[in-house]
Formats: sequence, structure tokens, C-alpha cells
Amino acid sequence: MTTPPRSLADLMAHVRMIVCAGTGGVGKTTIAAALALGAAQQGRNAIVVTVDPARRLAQALGLDSLSNEPTLVPGAGAHGGTLHAAMLDPRATFDAMITRCAHDEAQRDRILANRFYQNIAGNLAGTHEYMAMEKLYDLASTGAYDLIVVDTPPTRDALAFLDAPRLFARLLDNWLYKLFVTPGRGLARTAAAGAHTIARQLTRVVGAAVIDDTIAFFRSLDGIEEGFRTRANDVYRTLQSDDSAFVLVVSPRPDTLGEAGVFASALAEADMAVRAIVVNRVTPSFGDVEVATSRSGPARALADFRALAAREEREIVQFAATLPGALLTCVPMLGHDIHDLNGLAAIAELLLSSNDEAVSTG
Amino acid sequence: MDPASFFAASRVVIVAGKGGVGKTVVSAALARAAARSGLMTLLVEIDHRASTHRSFDSAPLDYDERELWRAPDGGRVLGRSMSADRALVEYLQDHGMARIAQRLDRSGALTVIATATPGLKDLLVLGKIKQLEVARRHDLVIVDAPASGHAISFLRAPTVLADLAGAGPIHHQANDALALLRDPARCQVLLVTIAEETPVNEAIETAYALEDDAGVALGPILVNAVYEPLAGLERSSRAHAPEVREALAAAAELRRVRTALQDNELARLRGALPLEQIRLPFLFTPTIGATESVALADALVRGIEGLPAHAVRPGALT
Repeated sequence: MTTPPRSLADLMAHVRMIVCAGTGGVGKTTIAAALALGAAQQGRNAIVVTVDPARRLAQALGLDSLSNEPTLVPGAGAHGGTLHAAMLDPRATFDAMITRCAHDEAQRDRILANRFYQNIAGNLAGTHEYMAMEKLYDLASTGAYDLIVVDTPPTRDALAFLDAPRLFARLLDNWLYKLFVTPGRGLARTAAAGAHTIARQLTRVVGAAVIDDTIAFFRSLDGIEEGFRTRANDVYRTLQSDDSAFVLVVSPRPDTLGEAGVFASALAEADMAVRAIVVNRVTPSFGDVEVATSRSGPARALADFRALAAREEREIVQFAATLPGALLTCVPMLGHDIHDLNGLAAIAELLLSSNDEAVSTG
Repeated sequence: MDPASFFAASRVVIVAGKGGVGKTVVSAALARAAARSGLMTLLVEIDHRASTHRSFDSAPLDYDERELWRAPDGGRVLGRSMSADRALVEYLQDHGMARIAQRLDRSGALTVIATATPGLKDLLVLGKIKQLEVARRHDLVIVDAPASGHAISFLRAPTVLADLAGAGPIHHQANDALALLRDPARCQVLLVTIAEETPVNEAIETAYALEDDAGVALGPILVNAVYEPLAGLERSSRAHAPEVREALAAAAELRRVRTALQDNELARLRGALPLEQIRLPFLFTPTIGATESVALADALVRGIEGLPAHAVRPGALT
């Protein structure tokens, strides 16, 4: 892009992927869905990929459930646009990746049946993040969507998210792996003998089954790790390109802002930038008209909200100053929950009609 | 219920809840309230970058325990952090593998081992907690557990590993951890939530998953950030200026509808989960320091005093 975007709407118009990141409990899923809906209503073919297994989003979209395969959201688009929604199934995505990279069916089956693989697919820190990125890349490759919005897992560990695309590459570079799979000759054999001593000792601790599964897993990979590496690098480059934008979703509280700050620094180190900040559920201050303090219910309600709003604004301004290149959009706390497409559309309106200066929370 | 008997119900309290519900702040308030009952209380934070220290206006916690607060009548809050990676290294060292542990750690192979053994790190953290409980250097150990999805796998780890490891030291460790988790006189889990739709759903699911799969005893559920009742919200203002009247009416309306939404969720929670509820007030500040922590501890003590005497019991859901 030649000129920096002036608003979230402007940014959204210029990218093909939006990654919504942030800690849990800030309404990230809702923001992601609202952005995708907004795009669909502007005539684009958009998809939102959520990692939130809660049925609430499906219900709000008028669907029975969401699955790993994109589902069309009826009546969501306008001007020829469409909205699809999918829920990330890390395991199914992982299996699909193995299937794609395996040399033949026998190798695929060997890997999928391995218990170590099953543990990785379900448990390894960063796997869900990796699979969210994998799914994103996969959807982008189909060319079926103009805009893909992905909602990331509520991770506490920002680095796990960034490391995710290279997770496998790192695991495979591990010396233990090399020792286990390298046929012994000369020096390598000595090293392999060392590995077996270690394996024996570990067996004493965790049991033979675990170690056997691990060795079997690494042996069964046989040559397909290059496919993983290439793929991981492709995903990484896609995220670094101007076609993708990271949107940080936060709540106006110092703890979530602090974690968001750590995340933003980690992104910067990986040559990825936070292009926009969405502060969700900002306490309104109800204008700036002066109201005399009194003990009446409404006066106390107003004073409470204003005291909180003023402190939140300080936190937001301070945080935004640390990310001068990012657009700032505030969404006020609403008097109702989001239950349907209309509710989501109202959020989209708030997100996309405001401009950068909209720090005002009234 | 008398707070002293509440905190004497078990020697370990594990606090679990979804991200963003204030689990860490509530854990700190619990520790403060326990210390007020005269207990030597250890507060353990498990994730790195947790913010426990803010509730005591102190510096971030270290691996070594240190005093965070001393109650006037002798109770104390001590705090420390605990990391899964360090627990694994220590475990290998304790089992005569000090040199290997170093090599494995340097090369990153520990990641592979921990991956090969689902729940290994969680189990080792639970093992450290069991050590603390058995050592009896503290009257009460309060553990700020990982966020709920992870809390389930965290507390389920011993069950998984007891099966998987067959025999050997990990098998023993898993059985020890299970004995701790399943004995309501030694350990109970307190769930924290807020009165909103998604957190309430997650609390309900977590409660059943924890009781069914991990076999732990659940104490009262702690509902954080509940708006306190404000009288006369419906009364309209007599102010002359229309914009003043408007601002007052809008603020009163927002407070009223948010309170109504919360009441709705509290009722739904009560219907779905037969646990006692302790409500903690919404604080109109984004930052939690010692002052706010004291207010929460006060509310917690009031909530505990309002509980019936039988509030803490095993198998509450069944």
C-alpha cells in the first residue's frame, strides 16, 4: 500500500486476510465475525474462521453449528457479497496436512495412528495456533474468498502463536530426533548409542510405550518433513505480506493491554505489524456535560461509569502511544448481548464507521 | 459459615476459571482473606507473566517464596511462581538425571519429551504442589490454575498418566497427585466466573468436567464483578438542562440493563450448577492494587459468612 489506511474500513478494503489476536474474554470472536460480516455487506466474499467452540457465534449467525468446512451464512451478504463461517478443528486440519504431505497412504496411516502424533495434534503448545495459520493459508490458496478473518486461540503466550508456523521445523531439527532416525555409522553410531542410553533412562521414567511411540513417529515421518518446512515458511511469509493485517483486540484494562503489548513486540520482531487496535467494551462517559454530584441512583450510576471511563481512556491513550502505526477503534460496552446478525451488523457499523480519532467513548 | 472453617476445609485450594474473569485477582483476595483468619497462606502462580503481585502492590513473584502481606493478628500471605519447565528439570535432577537434564534442556529435547508424554509437565507441577502440601510449612496453599480449557487438562493429567506410564516413578507421582486431588480434606477447586453468557457456559462445562474426569471436590463458585444494587435508578432527574437529564437517564438505563443481564445469568448459573455462589462486587476501576484487593477480600469474607455450614462438600454436583 502506498498511503497508510485512514480507518479500519480503509485497512479492511486493502487486505485479504485479517488475524484477530488478543487474550481470552475480550470479545475477539465477536469482533472477527463483525468484521467479516461488514465486508460481506460491502459486497465482498468473506469468511470468518473461529476457534471458539461456543455455540453462541453459530447461533448469532443463524446456523445450527459450525464445522471445519466453510458454511454459507444465509442472508448475511449484500451487493453480491457472501459470508461463510467455519470453526477451526485443529485435529482435522492437522490430519489434512499430514495427508497432503505424506508420500503414500501407508505412510499417512502410520502417522495418523501413532500415539505421539495424536498427542502433538491435541496437546502440544502452539498446535492450535499453528493450525489456525495452516487453515488460513489453506483457505487463501483456494482463492474462493476476498477476505479471510481468523480469530486466534485465546493464548496467554504470544510467542507460541508466532513460533507456531515453525514449530514442526524446530521439532524436526532436534538432535534427539536426528539421533533416533540416523542409521548408525562411525561417529554417528557412537552418538546413536548415546541416544539409546538416554532413551533407556527416559523409559525408566515415563515408560517404554511413550518412548517407542516417539521413535516410531519420527521414523514414520521419513522424508516428509521438507514438505512441512516449506509450508511453514509459506505461511510465515503470507503473514508478513501487506495482504495480511494483524488486528489486536483488547479490553481497556491494564492487564490485557499489557499482554497485548508483549504480543505486539513479538510480532514486530518477526517483521509483522499490528495494523489496528480494537478496544472492545469501553465504558461510555455519556458526553461531557457537567452533572452535580448527588446521592440519587442515576447520579451515582453516571459518576461510577464516568470515573471508570476516565481511567480507561488514560490506559487506552497510553497503550495506543506505544503502537503509533496502528489504527485505534473503540467499541463501547453495550446494553445488550449479541444474539443475531442484526446485533453483529451493529458492531460492524461501530467498527467500520469510526475513524482513527475515535478515542472518544461517548 | 465461619471463614476460619471455610479455609480449614482443605489444605490446597485450586482456583480455576476462563481468561478475563479475574481469576488472579480473586486468588489474591482469597489468600488475603485466609491470612486474616490467621492462616499462613502460600499463593502459587503457575503461568509466567501472571499479575498476582499487583494485588499486593509488590514486585513480580519469583520462584522462591516471599512474604506479600502480613495480617494484624499474625496470618501471612506468601507468594511464589512455579513453572512447568523448571518442574521437569527438577524432577529429572531428583531422579539422578542431573547431567542428562541439562543436556536435554539445552538442546530443546525437553519439549519433545514433554510432548511425547501428554500432561507430564502438568503432573510435575501438581507433584510440586503435593510436596508443598505434605511439607505442612503452610496452613493453606492457594493455586492460581491455568485458564479453564487448560485447567481441565491440568487436573486430568494424573488420571491420563497413571494409565499411560504403567509403572515407574511417573506412575507413582500420578497416583500421589490423584490421591491429593480426590481427597476433599486435602484439596478443593474453586471456580471463578463472571455473570455473562459465555463465561457462565464455560463455568458450567468446566464444573462437570472437573468433577467427572478429575474427581475433584468443588467449593462455592465465585462470581466476580457483579454490579451492586443501586436504589432509585428508575427515578427521573429534576435537572433543568435536557443534556443533563439525558446523560443521567442513559447512565441509569445502562446500569439497569447490565444488572438485569447479570441477574439473568446468575439465575441460569444457579439452575445449571448446584453450587453455592459467592458474589464479588464490580469495581469501577480498571486497575487492581492493594486497595481494591482489600475490598474484594472484605466482600469474600462477607460472602463466606453468608454461606450455609454445609457449603463445602465433595460430589456437590451429583
